[in-house]
Amino acid sequence: MLYSFKFCGSVMVDANIKKRVILMRFVIVAGTPSSGKTSVMVHTIRHLLKNGLVVAACKIDCLQTSDDVKYSRLGIPVAVGLSDYICPDHFYVSNLEEVELWAREQNADVLVLETAGLCHRCAPAVHDCLSVCVIDNLIGIDTPKKVGPMLGTADIVVITKGDIVSQAEREVFRHKVEMENPQARILDINGLTGQGVLALKNEIIDSKELGSITGKELKNSMPAAICSYCAGETMIGQSHQMGLVKKVDFRRGMDA
Amino acid sequence: MLEQITILGGLDKSGHPEKIQRIEAAAGEVLAVAGPTGSGKTQLISDIEQHAEYETLTGRRVLINNQLVNKSKDKRHLRYLIAQVSQNMNFVIDMSIEEFLTMHAQVRSIHDPGNTIMKVLEITNHLSGEPVTFSTNLTQLSGGQSRALMVADVALISNAPVVLIDEIENAGIDRLQALEILTGQGKIVLVVSHDPTLMLMAEQRIIMKNGGMEKVCRTTQEERKVLADLTRVEKKMAGLRDYLRKGYSIGQDTDLND
Ligand SMILES: Nc1nc2c(ncn2[C@@H]2O[C@H](COP(=O)(O)OP(=O)(O)OP(=O)(O)O)[C@@H](O)[C@H]2O)c(=O)[nH]1
Ligand SMILES: Nc1ncnc2c1ncn2[C@@H]1O[C@H](COP(=O)(O)OP(=O)(O)OP(=O)(O)O)[C@@H](O)[C@H]1O
Ligand SMILES: [Mg+2]
Ligand SMILES: [Mg+2]
Repeated sequence: MLYSFKFCGSVMVDANIKKRVILMRFVIVAGTPSSGKTSVMVHTIRHLLKNGLVVAACKIDCLQTSDDVKYSRLGIPVAVGLSDYICPDHFYVSNLEEVELWAREQNADVLVLETAGLCHRCAPAVHDCLSVCVIDNLIGIDTPKKVGPMLGTADIVVITKGDIVSQAEREVFRHKVEMENPQARILDINGLTGQGVLALKNEIIDSKELGSITGKELKNSMPAAICSYCAGETMIGQSHQMGLVKKVDFRRGMDA
Repeated sequence: MLEQITILGGLDKSGHPEKIQRIEAAAGEVLAVAGPTGSGKTQLISDIEQHAEYETLTGRRVLINNQLVNKSKDKRHLRYLIAQVSQNMNFVIDMSIEEFLTMHAQVRSIHDPGNTIMKVLEITNHLSGEPVTFSTNLTQLSGGQSRALMVADVALISNAPVVLIDEIENAGIDRLQALEILTGQGKIVLVVSHDPTLMLMAEQRIIMKNGGMEKVCRTTQEERKVLADLTRVEKKMAGLRDYLRKGYSIGQDTDLND
């Protein structure tokens, strides 16, 4: 078996799914590791539930996660997908339909899909979904540039951990984020207290409902990963390398 | 420009309407926020910082120049309106004071950055103990030095018209001077404080209880006299602190009042 999905909560196929299908909002949450994705979403989901919406949460990760426990405490259906030896972002894209189906079976009005966000090359944003990128004030002021497409393709950028850095650093950091993504709405949220999550809740409620994820398009292509190491090779050396292999260009930046 | 902020009351922790339903503060004014631990002082500051519009825990609303702010899509015009300094904040960027202040001044489009950052350094050293220099790394600053730099930066570079201060009395800086520097710029300053001198320095003080604004007191003529006494005592304390910190002994070294 390539991967396993752990379903918590009962899986029930509702006869009215077709009717409800039209109503599901698809929220994709990306961000650097430990930036506060789960903290922010748990607070946000609590408010969505207060508004009477049905929310389902799914976490895609690599080897292990305890995020399902945190989401489960809200009493909502939760699923986990572990990519194991597969790149978690490729795994994520190839399972979007399955995750969507699962959420529809839960009668969800809102699906929150939290990704692993391990590699800064990938951006999980999909057209017509609401993509949220969560980054924190501690990652350093040059990081917004490095995070690249994940930040650049987000509809909403959430900046956390402003409670522990200076006003000056918050302003500089926010400016750097704006430079990377001038279109996004930027929200300051405290993941510990939930300060600021209502703005995010409102954005989710106002976001477009998705008919079906099938046929939608990634905003940014995933990096190619089809070399021998993708297939389990562990030996070092050119003779073990096959497929798409890229080498360091040591002359880079030395010309001119 | 920002001339006034108004806080419209919501609900206390028990869900009852707060006693105080309207508070106004004009440019140049200081408001103190006082009340027992857990009474909702920080929450009030946080409502203001978020330009609350019913949507926070308390259901309060904050008006700017007598109007609800337009939060619909682009909140960008609000981003530099409010600055905050609290005792939990620290500098985390690994950079020299000069590099960082220059960067911040650039972000805030300060006209004369060279001169401004000089002044920030001056104020910092005025407010805290051991002087820092431009080449000092931000992460090397002590707690007091950091807070001093934050106040100076908020005063001159962030330059937000509204400043929220949460319990800086324990920060080891000259808090009376800090408050004077901030109000000197025509800002609205809200200070959360357990310190009677700071409370009396404000024109009004909001008393919090059970999560609600319970009472607003205007500082009376009589209280101003008490404040004058307190300030005198503070000055004496400050003198004494300085004297002892320098390693002098009373009665043996130079006169205490020099
Ligand atoms: N001080 C502070 N801590 C925060 C804030 N937001 C989150 N944290 C803390 O940061 C840590 C990581 O938060 P998570 O919500 O698990 O982060 P995550 O992005 O979901 O992490 P992964 O899913 O493991 O990548 C936790 O210890 C949180 O309590 C914040 O705004 N301020
Ligand atoms: N009106 C309210 N309704 C519901 N909860 C509230 C209200 N006001 C405050 N709270 C909650 O009460 C708790 C304590 O409030 P807060 O931290 O503001 O107290 P404080 O006065 O700042 O205390 P301290 O002096 O210890 O800093 C917080 O969790 C806050 O969110
Ligand atoms: Mg998480
Ligand atoms: Mg407090």
